[in-house]
Amino acid sequence: MKDKIKLLQGDEAVVEGAIAAGARFFAGYPITPASEIAEGLAEKLPIYGGKFIQMEDELASMACVIGASLSGLKSITATSGPGFSLKQENLGLGMMIEVPCVVVNVQRVGPSTGLPTSPSQGDVMQAKWGTHGDHPVIALAPSSVKETYELTVNAFNFAERFRTPVILLLDEIVGHMREKVVLPDEEDIEIWNRKKPEVGPENFNPYEETDGLVPPMPNYGEGYRYHTTGLFHDRTGFPRGTNEDAKNLMDRLMAKIEGNMDIISLYEEDIRDDDEIIVLAYGSTMRSAINAINQAREAGIKAGWIKLKTIWPFPVDYIKEVGRRAKALIIPELNRGQIIKEVRENVFGNAEVHGINKYDGTLIKPEEILNMIQEVK
Amino acid sequence: MGYKIDEYLRQDKLPHIWCPGCGHGTIMGNLIRGIDKAKIDPDKTVVVSGIGCSGRASGYMNFDTLHTTHGRAIAFATGIKLANPELNVIVITGDGDGTAIGGNHLIHGARRNIDLTVVLMNNHIYGMTSGQFSPMTPTGDNATTAPYGNIDQNFDLADLTKASGASFIARGTAYNTRQLIEIFAEGLLHTGFSFIEAISQCPVNYGRRNGLSSAVDMLKCQRDSSVNIRKWDSLSKEEKKGKFPTGVLYKEDKREYTEMYQEIIDSVQEEAK
Ligand code: SF4
Repeated sequence: MKDKIKLLQGDEAVVEGAIAAGARFFAGYPITPASEIAEGLAEKLPIYGGKFIQMEDELASMACVIGASLSGLKSITATSGPGFSLKQENLGLGMMIEVPCVVVNVQRVGPSTGLPTSPSQGDVMQAKWGTHGDHPVIALAPSSVKETYELTVNAFNFAERFRTPVILLLDEIVGHMREKVVLPDEEDIEIWNRKKPEVGPENFNPYEETDGLVPPMPNYGEGYRYHTTGLFHDRTGFPRGTNEDAKNLMDRLMAKIEGNMDIISLYEEDIRDDDEIIVLAYGSTMRSAINAINQAREAGIKAGWIKLKTIWPFPVDYIKEVGRRAKALIIPELNRGQIIKEVRENVFGNAEVHGINKYDGTLIKPEEILNMIQEVK
Repeated sequence: MGYKIDEYLRQDKLPHIWCPGCGHGTIMGNLIRGIDKAKIDPDKTVVVSGIGCSGRASGYMNFDTLHTTHGRAIAFATGIKLANPELNVIVITGDGDGTAIGGNHLIHGARRNIDLTVVLMNNHIYGMTSGQFSPMTPTGDNATTAPYGNIDQNFDLADLTKASGASFIARGTAYNTRQLIEIFAEGLLHTGFSFIEAISQCPVNYGRRNGLSSAVDMLKCQRDSSVNIRKWDSLSKEEKKGKFPTGVLYKEDKREYTEMYQEIIDSVQEEAK
């Protein structure tokens, strides 16, 4: 059990989690507040026989990571808002051609250069809708350094298991905060690897539903000689330009994510039977939320909390059910209200929904949440 | 010499979509002959393309093939190669794809001297989107977006890639098949960033608007304006006007990126022992 207790930043926890999950490739471009991830992996990857490359820009980084994954390495890139915007086109290609990889966005205040060193949760909707067209998205948001480590491992596992890019949304607080973390032993970490084809090249179709909705994936150089394109394609991987192929592919891409909500949707709750007010949060905001609930309970208020770790896909059924039992939901966010819209849509008037929103680079304090709890009780 | 081109083509995907008279098919055919001549392992060969008429080549070639986003093929190829240096990685791009939207990746791929073979099919126009001018449309020529004549200046791609650090630079034409096959074979066997400009003809969206209405006229123009590099230096300034050199224009033994990275891995792992 040596070296297992560490004092880590969130960004460093991404590095540790990525290595533990089996990541062996990083491509990126320097950007605050995510550069520590690149620096950490530049140092660590070669020790594990992995590769690091600093690319000429953010678009190239996203492309490079997809290429490396097609060659067979678990791959990751890290950025912040402006870079995340630049990555969107190639991220869409990754979703379309189903290439496992992890994209970390340590959020800062935008738009534009904004407040580069201040925390924000402003990219929640960009994570969902950043690239053009409908597309499947998995996005995870840790609220502590330990959770950052765990969700980094989850991100790789989801990427490999569902053959898709996975977005890890940190915010500047989680990215730069230091906490004591006890890292699990290697044998206690569950690792998923992409499914490889069981048939030889003669009988292989790269986008065939063989066993479930996720097609097996060979590495380049293994003799399968298959084609991949960002055009809508059929099971052979080639475009035919038919409307039917477009619909079938889109339906499968969505179904492989939405049909696995029980695996992908990660959240925690502390809601007692008679709690009436529920604070739903994610990322660094969660820390103030839990503190506020503890104070409210001490004051005899019936309040509980929900922590979303998986933001996308949004846990629609769960929130509908919460909306039926709660009197009010409070949604603190470091943006002008992004997740609150999903909550409102799914609660449909059953419970009151209130937002607490900050977008000036400061955090939401426990007292601000407590005040809102007292107001609505 | 007979080339086994059939096994390198996906027969069921032919005929190709290129217009009659287009140079892209000839260049792809010559690339395949170059692959055959270089005897590289087709199972260990990946072809990566971008967007545009050139981008469609990957679909016809029987290797691991990746049709990517506009301009980014070299960046995808960099990840493929660095992750598995055993692979022969070929990039097929065009003048719009490779020198406009993807220009940054071209110069940085060359700067790293990573072992890729980049084939840039230069038809001097955006063909697929019907004839807008590209960075390689000659100054003064017409295009749908240059109805009064193009005032943009061109790159000299050999100079550009040389200044950027490429270690193999060559130019050929769709007209001179024999020379182009030789260039491809040599470029494929070169370790480092190999840049090959293959002059193509787009009779439909470039020739037609610029006084060259048929593919034959355009091929003749390629013949008359290209000069083998062996003869090029003996020409006077006056004689060089309107002409360009072809052949292997530059070649250098230089340290390659993935080999250098492997040295880092080896030394870091040795230290960690
Ligand atoms: S538009 Fe031009 S470059 Fe494109 S296929 Fe037709 S002739 Fe070839």
